[in-house]
Amino acid sequence: MTLFGIPLDTHPIWLTLQVATLTTLMLAVIGIPLAWWLARMRSRWRVLLEALVSLPLVLPPTVLGFYLIIALGPAGPVTDLLGVFGFEGQLTFNLAGLVIGSVLFSLPFMVQPLMSAFQSLPDEVLDAARLMRAGAVDRFVNVVLPLSRQGLVVGAVLTFAHTVGEFGVVLMVGGNIEGQTRLVSIAIFDHVESFEYAQAHLLSAVMVLFSFVTLVSVYLINRRLSARLG
Amino acid sequence: MTRTTRIIALLGALLWAGLARAETITVAVAANFTKTAEAIGAAWEAQSGHEVRFAFGPSGKLLAQIQHGAPFDAYFSADTRRPQILVEAGEARDFFVYAGGKLALYSATLPVDENAEAILADGDYRHLAMANPKAAPYGAAAKQVLEQRNLYERLKTAGRIVQGESIGQAFQFAATGNAQLGFVALSQLQDPDSPVKDKGHIWMPPTEDYDPIRQGAVALTRSRHPEVVDDFLAFVRGETAAEIIRRFGYDVP
Repeated sequence: MTLFGIPLDTHPIWLTLQVATLTTLMLAVIGIPLAWWLARMRSRWRVLLEALVSLPLVLPPTVLGFYLIIALGPAGPVTDLLGVFGFEGQLTFNLAGLVIGSVLFSLPFMVQPLMSAFQSLPDEVLDAARLMRAGAVDRFVNVVLPLSRQGLVVGAVLTFAHTVGEFGVVLMVGGNIEGQTRLVSIAIFDHVESFEYAQAHLLSAVMVLFSFVTLVSVYLINRRLSARLG
Repeated sequence: MTRTTRIIALLGALLWAGLARAETITVAVAANFTKTAEAIGAAWEAQSGHEVRFAFGPSGKLLAQIQHGAPFDAYFSADTRRPQILVEAGEARDFFVYAGGKLALYSATLPVDENAEAILADGDYRHLAMANPKAAPYGAAAKQVLEQRNLYERLKTAGRIVQGESIGQAFQFAATGNAQLGFVALSQLQDPDSPVKDKGHIWMPPTEDYDPIRQGAVALTRSRHPEVVDDFLAFVRGETAAEIIRRFGYDVP
């Protein structure tokens, strides 16, 4: 399609939205139990585990990406392990690789806000729920999660935004294949490398505008909900 | 034409179309060759009826990806060493040099076309941009040119050398004026769309001052369409592609 007379390949945009959405959903599923477990942990190992979760913040993305193509490649340990369960093929240079890489890379962005939300829950509330004979699942779903909603929203928004803007890891794990693993950030990089500045500006503007609108709407919804819950 | 011959001709045409099924190949290309590759790809698609997809990136990253199972059919590196590593490992075949690069010193403001050596040594500039000599052939060449003139260590110690991770980044430092001088690829200055085309000042260091910058390509043995890859590589060596390669500022071997 063309926008303002500039040709624009929309495939990277849809792929980026797909990867960011899948990553956010997967990280919610992984991150909520992990953050709860870490937040309630009283053992001295907790410090080590917290540091482990935050490691992706420290490693340069291209290095993390390199480790991932070794681990997830055709001869990698992860692929071997999955082979036991009858999995064939590889997890790199396709959608699976992009999502796995993004999940690992955004792990701290989901887990840290959730942990602080879980930690700030007053024990009295949980004790009260327990006294009212609420079961563990009931307590978690109806007491903990609604009270920690802010943390979950922040974690989800940060994860989504971080994945949309990610470059180093996805370039390595995805391999920048046209029409398959070329995300918006990589497409912009390609345009700049080949002096196609008009396309680069347009794609960047689309990305910035979309992210801004997304963030504003999330914060608006969040404010409405907070007002309603009091 | 009688009706029978017409039917036979039609059947023949159908059979021919079935035999020449359009395949898609994926080719990994060093970032500096992005636009040239796209132009060659378009010309080959029009002629062969097949489709080529490109994956662009720094040569070193592409090599690591290929060594770990990336589904590419061919590899166009920015150097000759990396494709040969794959040939030695039995992962690639048919190595050839597809383009040669020339190093250029570019400055938006300083008259390097007149007295480059004096400017490099004691010119009034804050930063000289170049690519990382370990990662990029153009960076290694720039380092050699500076070492020939006993300038490399001196400029480095003085903190005047800024390193881009690729020749693309070094070019951006110099083209934006953030670095007053920059060792770049001539192709970046000659590209029809280059932001600095016909601007600024250029000095070409004598070619004997640095190891030739040759870019090598290989077909990968993992490819499922070897004959289509061969057809593409033969096209890259042909006259149509040579014209395109020269137009983008590279030499053809």
